[in-house]
Amino acid sequence: MAIEVRIPTILRTYTGGEKAVSGDGSKLSALIDDLEANHPGLKERLIEDGDLRRFVNVYVNDEDVRFIGGLDAELSDGDQVVVLPAVAGG
Amino acid sequence: MVGPVEAGRAAKYAGPVLTIDQATYDAIVAHAKRDHPDEACGIVAGPEGSDRPERVVEMVNAAGSPTFYEFDSTELLDLYKQMWDNDEEPVVIYHSHTATEAYPSRTDIGLASEPGAHYVLVSTREHGNNDGPVEFRSYRIIDGEVTEEEVTVVPELT
Repeated sequence: MAIEVRIPTILRTYTGGEKAVSGDGSKLSALIDDLEANHPGLKERLIEDGDLRRFVNVYVNDEDVRFIGGLDAELSDGDQVVVLPAVAGG
Repeated sequence: MVGPVEAGRAAKYAGPVLTIDQATYDAIVAHAKRDHPDEACGIVAGPEGSDRPERVVEMVNAAGSPTFYEFDSTELLDLYKQMWDNDEEPVVIYHSHTATEAYPSRTDIGLASEPGAHYVLVSTREHGNNDGPVEFRSYRIIDGEVTEEEVTVVPELT
């Protein structure tokens, strides 16, 4: 099973500069744990206090995961996951 | 003290300078004035690695607020997919401050996530929706560190 994950510029320090990496997991939380095993430090940039960080957006097949279960969002082989930091400020 | 030497330096080291054409500058200012008193936000995309702000994309401020801005998450994804397809990147990320100076707030600094972008701040505090000058300033924001840079407005990008 392989899921392609698109990594934003600011997190590519964790992926050796790679724009996309692949991982495994039947849920988003499992995928993030799998990514962490190969790219240590990444998880902490995505998750805070057991939930997705407020200003990090994760999409599965173009759907914001907040609308499809958050960390419990289900994944299947071939899914496309995109991580994008929010563009926001005060 | 702006002479040929200064101009030469600016041309040679593109890093600390934002060079932007008049039409793009005017579009950003017009957007900020139109949305006042809410904060306006958007980007100017350009070819990857070119440092050329060529294509203004006005974004909706999903926060609809005078003190906060945030791109809608679905529109954000659409925007980035478009840029990836075009081999573009956000050369400029702009937003307005409507009651304070055109300097990044603590929130702006904390949430800045495009180390390669010029962060443009426009302040509409003086004239609001009306004609009149605005503050228009540009910064690099990298790892929480803010560096202001010169803004050079040219008739057209060469």
